[in-house]
Amino acid sequence: MSAPTSLAGFVSAYRKSTSATLAAIVLLLILAAALLAPVLSPQDPYDLAQLDLLDARLPPGSPSGDGTRQYLLGTDAQGRDMVSAILYGLRTSLVVGVCATLCAVAIGIVVGLVAGYFGGRFDALLMRIVDMQLSFPAILVALILIAILGQGVGKVITALVAAQWAYYARTIRGVVLVESQREYIAATRVLALPVTSVLFRHLLPNCMPALIVVGALQVASAIALEATLSFLGVGLPITEPSLGLLIANGFTYLLSGKYWISFFPGLALLVTIMSINLVADQLRDVLNPRLRVD
Amino acid sequence: MSTYLLSRIGQGLMLVLIMSLLVFLGLFAIGNPVDMFVNPQADQAEIARTTAALGLDKPLWEQYGQFVRKAIKGDLGQSFVHGASALQLILDRLPATLELALVAITIAIVFGIPLGLWAGLKPDTFVGRFIMGGSIIGFSLPTFWVGLMLIMVFAVHLQWLPASGRAVTESVLGVQTSLASLDGWRHVLLPALNLALFKLSLIVRLTRSGTREALTQDYVRFARAKGLTGRRIVGVHVLKNVLVPIITVIGMEFGSLLAFSVVTETVFAWPGMGKLLIDSITQLDRPVVVAYLMFVVVLYVAINFVSDLAYSLLDPRVRLGGAAR
Repeated sequence: MSAPTSLAGFVSAYRKSTSATLAAIVLLLILAAALLAPVLSPQDPYDLAQLDLLDARLPPGSPSGDGTRQYLLGTDAQGRDMVSAILYGLRTSLVVGVCATLCAVAIGIVVGLVAGYFGGRFDALLMRIVDMQLSFPAILVALILIAILGQGVGKVITALVAAQWAYYARTIRGVVLVESQREYIAATRVLALPVTSVLFRHLLPNCMPALIVVGALQVASAIALEATLSFLGVGLPITEPSLGLLIANGFTYLLSGKYWISFFPGLALLVTIMSINLVADQLRDVLNPRLRVD
Repeated sequence: MSTYLLSRIGQGLMLVLIMSLLVFLGLFAIGNPVDMFVNPQADQAEIARTTAALGLDKPLWEQYGQFVRKAIKGDLGQSFVHGASALQLILDRLPATLELALVAITIAIVFGIPLGLWAGLKPDTFVGRFIMGGSIIGFSLPTFWVGLMLIMVFAVHLQWLPASGRAVTESVLGVQTSLASLDGWRHVLLPALNLALFKLSLIVRLTRSGTREALTQDYVRFARAKGLTGRRIVGVHVLKNVLVPIITVIGMEFGSLLAFSVVTETVFAWPGMGKLLIDSITQLDRPVVVAYLMFVVVLYVAINFVSDLAYSLLDPRVRLGGAAR
């Protein structure tokens, strides 16, 4: 089986796995829910005027104090509707995860292309840095950065980028090393095309399948990493609550049996991560049969 | 061999040096380094005095030299919050973290290798598939979420085990440990299980792929032809070859267990050095943060070095440094 070349071929190859197709549908629903959070949410969870402290810590399915509506997934310590909080939290988590991944991909592309195409000492130096960084677990790299930089949205994204760029750089370099031996690259030399054109117009498109596969897997781990940092209280600030922060807020109530404040945001996080992973696995099988693990 | 050792030690020292530069420059560029040494409540006069005493009017490279000289002597500053030596604080918390990590890695090995062998020997059975499916879930679930679920089920709902903390320590053969009592084991079980889950999945996968590879080798076919029992083939011939990469990975993964213990310790309020790091970051206790980062990098470099050496000793086919001789 070779990688499909047309979009229709890609879709039909992808749909061979039922679980991956389901995961893709769930993922699309999650993306839509996050995008439409202000429309779908019963209340604006961060408009204090809409919160009623008398409704605090109500279990799932409780009616609100004034009897006008129902809290499907309960409320938190401030009387905030959990459905709304989760939708907004999902949005923050996805935005941070995707932004961090895009930045890391951009850095990884440049480093990988340059290292792979030019080779030599520069390549050796860059790859030594990459190896060194990959020998540390991502959570440690992120914690080191957070400890040095401090907290905030930009800093969390910086930490996630720092923890992940090396994966992309190594992937791209690997592909470039193979592609550089091909005839079309020799042809670009004969034609004396400018280097930027060779790198970005001829090499980069051929790196795309590998990049998509690694990127899809890394988005999931970026989201998980951000949630972990926020849960630990060193990630996003309280003004921009992601799923990790919601889970952390409910943690103290978990011990007294009020599970819903932590559990449902956790479930949302879990479903998001699992569906991205399933989609990524299927993408790997479809786009690059050689990479398939037994 | 000795050239390789020297270059590895050199590389390790380089990494530690780069890290110290990063931490130093990071703290210098982002915050006023005086904050590292004086109490946040100090008045102007004291700040000025400390600035002069620390030599912060000197050029940057001279200050870095001073930082390194002090660090080599083991002086990484005083904690604002605890008023004690930052390095000493970390060393005080180290036994709790090591205890947790050792129990976790034991759980991972004791369950991981048999499960991996099973999945490798019978890959197409229901149990085999179930084990592999479980290991994929173990890989992708965030550690802190699993910890919360463990607390929710076993501590809150079933009330079998305590939700947080470490039992009272006792001195056993000169080592302070909480594992001498039943209460200690009850406390360590949930956090250790939480910390073990990721490594367990890793060991299951490694054992499975190692087993499947070994089964196709000539020496296994030869052992079968010789009429050896299945148990002896698996227990002696397959396992011996599967164990080599696993031991190395366990060595390397022990370092990352220490890093992941930051998460587990926070979830279970386990008084180890990971929790100390998070507390110090939120309390802006910078000397402790610096000391933790330097300590962990040194530890990490040392662990990787030792496990590389162990690999070459266990498997004579591996030649360090790449060149065959």
